[in-house]
This record gives sequence, C-alpha cells and structure tokens, in this order.
Amino acid sequence: MATTTLEISKSAGMARIKKAILPYVYLLPAFVVMSVITFYPLIYQVIISFTDFQTKDLLKQLASPNLNYIGVKNYVDIVTGGLPVQNFEFFRVLTYNIWWAVTNVLVHVPAGVLIAVLLNTQGLWGKKIYRALYVLPVVIPPIVVGTVWKNIFDEQYGAMNQFLTAVVHLFGTADPVRIRWLTEYTPPIPWLLPNGPLTLAYYAMMIANFWLGWPFMTLVATGALQSIPKDLYEAASIDGASGSQQFWNITVPLLRPAMIPAAMYGFTMSFNLFNFVFFMSGGGPARSTEILVTFAYDLVRNLRLYGAAAAFSVIVFFVALIVFLVTNRITRATEAYTEA
Amino acid sequence: MTAQSPSKSTNPIIRFLSMNTSGEVAGRDLPLWKQLLLQVLTLFIAAEVLFPIMYIITMSFSSKTTRPSALELFPKEISFVAYQQVLDRPTANPVTFLELLRNSFLLSVGVGLVALLVAVSAAYAFSRFKFRMRQVMMVLVFVPLLMPAIGLSTPLYLLMNSFRIADCGNGVTAISPFMACAQGLGKVTFNLRDSLLGVGVAMIAGALPFAVWNLKGYLDTIPKELEEAAMIDGADANQIFWQIVLPLAVPQLAVTFFLGFIGHWQEFALPWLFLTQPKDYTLAMTLYNMTGQYASSIPWNRFAAMAIIVALPVAIIYIALQKQIVSGLTAGSVKG
Repeated sequence: MATTTLEISKSAGMARIKKAILPYVYLLPAFVVMSVITFYPLIYQVIISFTDFQTKDLLKQLASPNLNYIGVKNYVDIVTGGLPVQNFEFFRVLTYNIWWAVTNVLVHVPAGVLIAVLLNTQGLWGKKIYRALYVLPVVIPPIVVGTVWKNIFDEQYGAMNQFLTAVVHLFGTADPVRIRWLTEYTPPIPWLLPNGPLTLAYYAMMIANFWLGWPFMTLVATGALQSIPKDLYEAASIDGASGSQQFWNITVPLLRPAMIPAAMYGFTMSFNLFNFVFFMSGGGPARSTEILVTFAYDLVRNLRLYGAAAAFSVIVFFVALIVFLVTNRITRATEAYTEA
Repeated sequence: MTAQSPSKSTNPIIRFLSMNTSGEVAGRDLPLWKQLLLQVLTLFIAAEVLFPIMYIITMSFSSKTTRPSALELFPKEISFVAYQQVLDRPTANPVTFLELLRNSFLLSVGVGLVALLVAVSAAYAFSRFKFRMRQVMMVLVFVPLLMPAIGLSTPLYLLMNSFRIADCGNGVTAISPFMACAQGLGKVTFNLRDSLLGVGVAMIAGALPFAVWNLKGYLDTIPKELEEAAMIDGADANQIFWQIVLPLAVPQLAVTFFLGFIGHWQEFALPWLFLTQPKDYTLAMTLYNMTGQYASSIPWNRFAAMAIIVALPVAIIYIALQKQIVSGLTAGSVKG
C-alpha cells in the first residue's frame, strides 16, 4: 500500500469528521419522529394552554378568529376551582391522588413481603402450586381487572354483596346485603382524609388494586429473599434469636435494597393508574376517586375544554416530574444506606 | 458465596416459579401443627387470588343471560354460548369481532414494530458513542417517559385533527392544513385523527422513548470485547452495528416488542378519544362499552367471555416470556 502522507492525513480528517457525526446519524430517525409527535406537541400544548381553545376552534386551530389568548387564566382557574366543571377542586384531587398512591404502596409492600416470607418457609407443602397461583394477577391486563371488579362491586348483582349476603346468612339474618360500593357518596370514615370524601368506592378500589398489586411485590421480595445467606439465620438461632427477632433484624434490613425501588415503582404506577381507575369507577361518584390523569382525560374527552386540558396537562407534567425526583432521590438515598 | 449469590437484578418470576426446594436441610421439617397453620394461610391467599378469576370463568361458561342472583364460583355447566355470541356480534355497534381483533392487532403490532425500528439505532448511539450532546439528548428522550401518556393527548388530538382530506366538489381535493377548499369546507373524506393510522402515530409518541430506554439498558450489558475485536479486524461502526450488535440484541428486541404489545393491547385512552367510527373500534374499547352506562343491554355472561378473550393474549405472552419480561421491566424502572 503506497500512499502519500497528504492522503493519509486527509482520509484521517475525513474519518474524524465521519466519526463525529456518526452518533447523530444514528440518533436521527428517533429524533425526527420525536420532533413531530413529541416535542412539537409539547410546545403546542404550552401555547394552547394560554388560550381559550374550544370545539369551535378545532377547524382552524391557532388561526381561528375566535381564539383568544387569555394568559395564565387557565392555570389560575384550575388551581382556584374556576373551571366550569362540577365537583372539581384541584388540591382535593391532588391530595387524593397522593393518598391513593401512598396507601396502595403501604398495603402492597408489607403484604407482598409477608407472603413471600410465608412461601419461603422451609418444608411448606405445595410451594410450587402456590407460586403458580399467586403470580396470576400479574398476568391479567388491568383493564380486565378493573371491569371485572366493577361488576363484582355491583350493588344488586355483584359477587361481593352476594358473598356478604351468604356470610350474614350464616349468622341467621335473612336480608340480602345491598352495599352501594361504587355509588354511595357518604364517606364511611369521615376523618380519614380531611381534605375530601373517601367514599366507599375508594375502599372498593383499594380491595381490587390490592388483588392486583401485592403479587408483584411478592415476586420482587422472593427474589431478594433467595439472596439472603441461610447461615445468617442459623447463626441467629444459635444465638437464641426468636423468629420475629430474625425477621426484623435480618430479613427486613436485607430486603430493603430490593423493596424500596419496587415500592417507588409501585408508587409511580399507582399515582398514574389511568386504565384501572377509569374502567372501575370512572372517577366517581362525584369525582371522589378522580386522580389527576383521569381528570385530564375528562377535560379533553368529555368536556372538550382543550385550552384548560392543555394547561392541566402541563401541571400534571410538573407533578410527575416532582414525583420522579422524589422517588428517585429516595431510591438513591437508600442505596447509599446499604453500601455504608 | 460470590459464585452463586444471585444479584438483585436477575429476574424474580422465573426464580419464583422454579426455586430449588430440594436442597433443604434435613431435620428441619416443620412441626405438623405449624404446617397445618401455614397451609390454612396459603390456601386462604390462594382463595383470594382465585375468587375473581373463578367468578369470571364460571360466568363466561354459563348460558344464563340473566344477571347473577347468587354467587357462583364453580361452573355448573360448560356452555360456549356466551363466547359464540361475542364472536358473532360483540356489541350493538355495527362491527364484527374479527374487525375488532384486526384493529387491536394492527395497532399493537404496528406501533410496536415502528417504535422498535426507530428506537434501535438511537439506543445503540446512546449506549456506545461518546459525543458532546449525549447528556442533553438523553434527557430529551427521557423526559417524555415521565409524562403520563394522557398528558400529550390534547395536542396530539388537535394536531392529528388538522390533517384532513376534503372533497371540494368538481373533482378538486384539498389536503389540509396545506390546502383548503376555495369555498366552504368541502366534504371531509379522511381525518387522520379519526383513523387507526392517526391513533397509531399518536401511540408511538409513548412507545418510542420506552423502546429507546429499554434497548439502551440491554445494550449496556452486552460486553464490548466482541466489538473491540471486530474493530481490530478493521470493521467500522456501521458494520459492528449491523453484524454484531443487532444480531446479539435480537432477543431483547423481541422482549421490548412484546412488552410494548402488552401495553398497546390495553391502550384505551387514545383510541377512545380519537376514534368515532365503530369499524375502527378495538377490543379494549368494546370491553369498556360492555360495562357502565352502556352495559344495560349486555348479559354478564357475554361480558365475562369478552373479558377472558381480551386477557388471553396478554396472559399467554406473560407466561411464555415471564423471565425476560420481568428483568426487562425492572431494568427499565430501576435505571430510570
């Protein structure tokens, strides 16, 4: 190969340029697509959030002669309850949304861990069968879970009231149970969440989402339990530690690094659990089980207040960002804890 | 200890189902009373899990079109009437079951494939190249993931709605937003918003960042030695991508596709917002139509059969791919 120095340096220069632009060539398809269907819509969303965009503006959109720029009025209306929407107070929905996610995680994680520990008991009969059964809720789509539980909680024909009827029959009562699970507005425990009514629908949804949620936590906890060395327990029992002492001093601390990220994942999932909530209660009764994403959807799908819906989505975005930063920080902080 | 200690990133489902229970220490058997007590507990939990499943299966096998008057958790009869009726005529809408199935499949498969195709090279770039804008661009891809999918539905609805084809009469066709009929609006013959294509494009907005992130997480775990060896042999970056990385990534491409499929199969919000013509409806939309305010005319056995039909593909994929799916999910979420 006879090449002059000039040619070498020239081709080396070309190669360097090629190398410098190559990453962008690989990124090009994704960024072209995202520009059209993500970044542009995000900007468009911010623009129309400052307008009174309604159905009449659909045809000409931003060129519509009826479209008015109204500044931050949409945002102010959302926060102060000035939207032409019944039963909507932003901070009540936000509080409920956080409460909903927190209480879900608070029951799913301990239940998941306890069941994993139970399944991990040495010498328990039928472990394999139980494992195969317990994993079932994970594989069923939440929209199906939501609709099925909605029917289960039906006032007249639902399985839950029929089950309770059968139970009270055992105690000699002949009356059928008719609890209005999804329609009763009066909260059964009024002081539980001072900022809004926790209707029976909330408890019904907690039951249904409990069914859906703990098996995932059991999966994660079972994996983590397997990595705890058995000699730790043997040493502890030689030292005379009781079962509950072993649980609190060995199992719980060693499960923590696996369970905290799982709990944070569960929190984020519950916080934005659109399909399940929409299919089971639709946010009702009287918006008492509405979460931010279902309300955002209602604004655009049914109320057709596009400007307000855009403003609401911008707010939802920032709430989601805060949720991410907080959960991420908790995860990181606990990682540092386990390394220390 | 290091040789066998399972790292916390290995997936739980597979170990959960196939954990070795034979190597238990002899002489540490449970006392009988404890065994029985724990059996009561585990059976109770099994009953809790099975309650809604048995309820819906029993109902779907019932030929009774009346609503259930008492709780039944075991099928008294095995009748396929409800399934037959659902396959025959799912709802009062003029749409056949096959059309619903086709629409659901078109959306789930189409969105999954396009997202994958567009995502894979970007994932490779993020995983292997060092370049100046890397951090910025990764944040740009990552930020939409934070946004609940509903959060983009308003602008996507409005943008899709502005792509229309109208027949202005006299054989003139106008494509908005680039053209408009000279007089009036003409007759709108196609509205991107009101079509499966438009819904699919909108769904890609959510699917793409997920696919990039999921694939990048996997590519990061592929050892670089192979690529370095190829580079020494004179392969350039393109050859490495096409001939080494892509073949290695095929299993994860499949997992990402199926993970996406599970999500898109249940996608409800965007189709329900965009589509107005029954011929475009999906199975998820039909399931929703069978409950709530529209459900008064639909017997519950038919609803139960539909619920099982909608759940089946997802359940099958999960069970077939349980190992890869859980590790894929946790990789995405923990890295996030």
